[in-house]
Amino acid sequence: MSPSTTTLRPPRNRFDPRAKSWWRWQEIITTAVLVVPLAVLGILIAPARPWLLGPAAVILLIGLVSALVSPVWKHRVHRWEVTDTAVYALTGYFWRTWRIAPMSRIQTVDTTQGPLQRSFGLSTVVVTTASSAGAVKLEGLDHDEASALAARLTELTDATPGDAT
Amino acid sequence: MTDEQPDTAALDGSTGTAELEDTENPWLRLHPDVLKVSAIFILGAMIAAGVPTAIGIASGTSWPIALAWVVPGAALVIGAVVLSEVIRLRTTRYRVTGLRVEMTSGIWFKRRRSLARERIRSVDLAANPIERIFGLTKVKVGTGETGGGTDSTTEQTLTLDSVHKTEADRLRAELLRRNAVGAGTEVGPDGGQRLATWEPGWLKYAPLSFLTPMLAGVVIGAVFQVADWFGRGGLPVEIVGDMIEEYGAWTALVVGLVAFLIIGAAGSLLLQGEAWWNHRLDREPGGTLRVQRGLMTLRSLSLEEKRIRGIELVEPLGVRAAGAGRLDVVAIGLKTDQEGSDLSTLVPAAPLDTTRAAAEAVIGPIATDLAPHPKTALTRRLRWAAIAVVVLVAAAVTCHLLWSLPALLSAAIILAAGGSSVFAVWTAFDAYKSLGHARTRRHLVSRRGSTRRATVHLDRSGIIGWRITQSVFQKRMGLMTLDATTAAGKGHYAVIDADEHEILDFADDAVPDLLRPFLIREGD
Repeated sequence: MSPSTTTLRPPRNRFDPRAKSWWRWQEIITTAVLVVPLAVLGILIAPARPWLLGPAAVILLIGLVSALVSPVWKHRVHRWEVTDTAVYALTGYFWRTWRIAPMSRIQTVDTTQGPLQRSFGLSTVVVTTASSAGAVKLEGLDHDEASALAARLTELTDATPGDAT
Repeated sequence: MTDEQPDTAALDGSTGTAELEDTENPWLRLHPDVLKVSAIFILGAMIAAGVPTAIGIASGTSWPIALAWVVPGAALVIGAVVLSEVIRLRTTRYRVTGLRVEMTSGIWFKRRRSLARERIRSVDLAANPIERIFGLTKVKVGTGETGGGTDSTTEQTLTLDSVHKTEADRLRAELLRRNAVGAGTEVGPDGGQRLATWEPGWLKYAPLSFLTPMLAGVVIGAVFQVADWFGRGGLPVEIVGDMIEEYGAWTALVVGLVAFLIIGAAGSLLLQGEAWWNHRLDREPGGTLRVQRGLMTLRSLSLEEKRIRGIELVEPLGVRAAGAGRLDVVAIGLKTDQEGSDLSTLVPAAPLDTTRAAAEAVIGPIATDLAPHPKTALTRRLRWAAIAVVVLVAAAVTCHLLWSLPALLSAAIILAAGGSSVFAVWTAFDAYKSLGHARTRRHLVSRRGSTRRATVHLDRSGIIGWRITQSVFQKRMGLMTLDATTAAGKGHYAVIDADEHEILDFADDAVPDLLRPFLIREGD
C-alpha cells in the first residue's frame, strides 16, 4: 500500500472583512487595559517610574504591531463552512484547529453579539453538541448572514432525528 | 435533541388532595432512626472538636472555665442539629407513582422535586458505619442528564437520606426494573450476571498507586502543622538535625524517606481497602451495571448500559510495572475529569487479564493490534525531554554557583537533577511506545501516556464530532492530533501525534461520511 496523501481542504468561506476591524479593536482594547494602568502608576509613582513605564512601552509596542498584523493574518487563515451534513471551521495558524460537528449531533445553535461586535454589524454563531469539547464558534460573521445561518442550522438539525449523544 | 422541561416545580398546595386521592401510591416518610444517626454523628463531631478546644482553653485558664465555655456551646450545636433533623424528618415525604418519583420537604420553603421515571438512569446507595448499625441506607436517584450546553448543566438528582435497607433495595429494584423483560439469558441465582469479583490479593496494588507518595507528603505536612499548633514549629527540623548528627546524613535521609513511603503505602492500602473491599461488578436484568463495594461505608452504584460509550483501561506507572490495570467506564453523565473521583471505576487495579476480561464482558471483544505512530513522534518526545534535562541541569548548576552548599545538599541536588533527567528521557521512549491507535468493529481505540498509560475504547457511534489540531512543530514533523468529541466521560479522547495523512483516513474510516466531504485524496 502506498503511503496516504490525504489532506484536509480548508473550509470554503472567509469571515466578513469587517471582522478585521473588530479583531483590531479587540487587540487595541486589550493592550490599553494593560498599558493605561501601568502608565498612570508610572506617572504618579516617581521612584518606580522606569519599572512601570518600561514594561508599558514594551506591551504597547507588541500590542500595536499585533493589532496591525494579526487581524489581516487571521482573516486570511480563519475559515468556515456549513454543508448539509456538517459544520466545519478552521482557526489558528501556529496552532491550527479544524473542528467538524455533524448536523445530526448538534444540540443548540446560538447567535451572540457583543457591544463591540454590534458596532461593526457582526455576530457570532455558536454551535454546541453534547460534548463539552465539541462547540464550534464562528466569530465574525455579518449580522444578517449569521441570523440566516442560525435559522438554517436550526431547521437542518430539527430535521435530523436522534438524541445527539 | 433533548427538549426538557424543568422537573422541579413549586409546591402548589394541592398535595393534600393528591394524598387523599392516591391511595395506590402513598406518600412515605424517611426512617425515624435517621434522628439517632444524626445525633450520634454530631455528638462525635462535638467531642472531636470540643476536647482539643477545651484542652486549649484550659491550658490558658483553668478547667472549670474551659468546660463552662465548651459544654454549653456543644450542647447548643447538638440541640440545633437535632431540631433541624426532627423538622426535616417530619416534613420530608416521598412517593413513587407510575410515572414519577416525587419528594417534598421543608416547612418555610417548601421544596418539591419530581423526576420522570423514564429518565432515571441511576439509583446509587450508600451506608456509612453508623447508618449500617441501624440498617439505614442513603438513596440517590439520578437522571444522569448533564445538558449539552455550557449554561445548562441540569443533572437532576433526588436524595433520600435515609431509608431502611430493605426499602432502599425495593426502590432500587423498582426504579431500575423498567426494561427488565427479556433481558440477558445468563441469569445467575441473584438474577444478575457476575462480571468481576474482587480478591483480597488486589490490595497489593494499592501501595503502588500515586496515592502513596501523595499521602507521604500529606503526613510530612501534617507533622509540621501539629508541631506548629503546639507552638513548636521548629521541632521536626531539630529532630532531623539530631538524627543526622547521630546516624550520619545519608542514613538519616534514606531511613526517613523509606519511613515516610511506608506510612504513605499503609495509608494508601487503608483508603483503597476501605473503598474497594468486597467489590463486585454485576450485570443486572434490565441492562444495568452495578458496582458494589466498601468495607466501612457500603456503596452501590448502578449505571444504565444505554449510557455507556466505551471503556478506558488505565495503567498508572507503578500499577503497570506490576502487570495490573484498572477499568474505567466512559459513560454519559459520569464526569471522569474530576480529580480523585472513582465513580467511573468499574474494576480497581487488578491483574491485567482480569481487567481485560471484565472490559470484554462490558463492551465486547477488545483485543486488537495498535498501529504505531511515526518515528517523528519519538523525536518530539525526546526534544521535550532534552528541554527538561537542560532546565534541570541549569537549575542544579545555578544553585552551586550562587551558594556554597554543604556536601550533603549538593549531592542531593545533583542526585535529584540526574535522576529526574534519566526519568525524563526514559519517559520519552516509554510514552512513544505507548502511542497507538486502531479501529475495531465497534470502537475507536487509542493508547497514550507513560506515567498514566490509558487505552480508551470509544464507541464509534458515540463520536459526535472531530477536533483536529496541528501545531507548527507538528506540521514540520508531519504529525497531527485527532480528538474525537463525545457526550460521555471526559468529553473528548485524542489520538496524539499520528501521521498527518494516515490519521485522516483513519478518522474517515472510523465515522463514515463525516470527514469525507472535507478531504482531498490523491486522484480527486
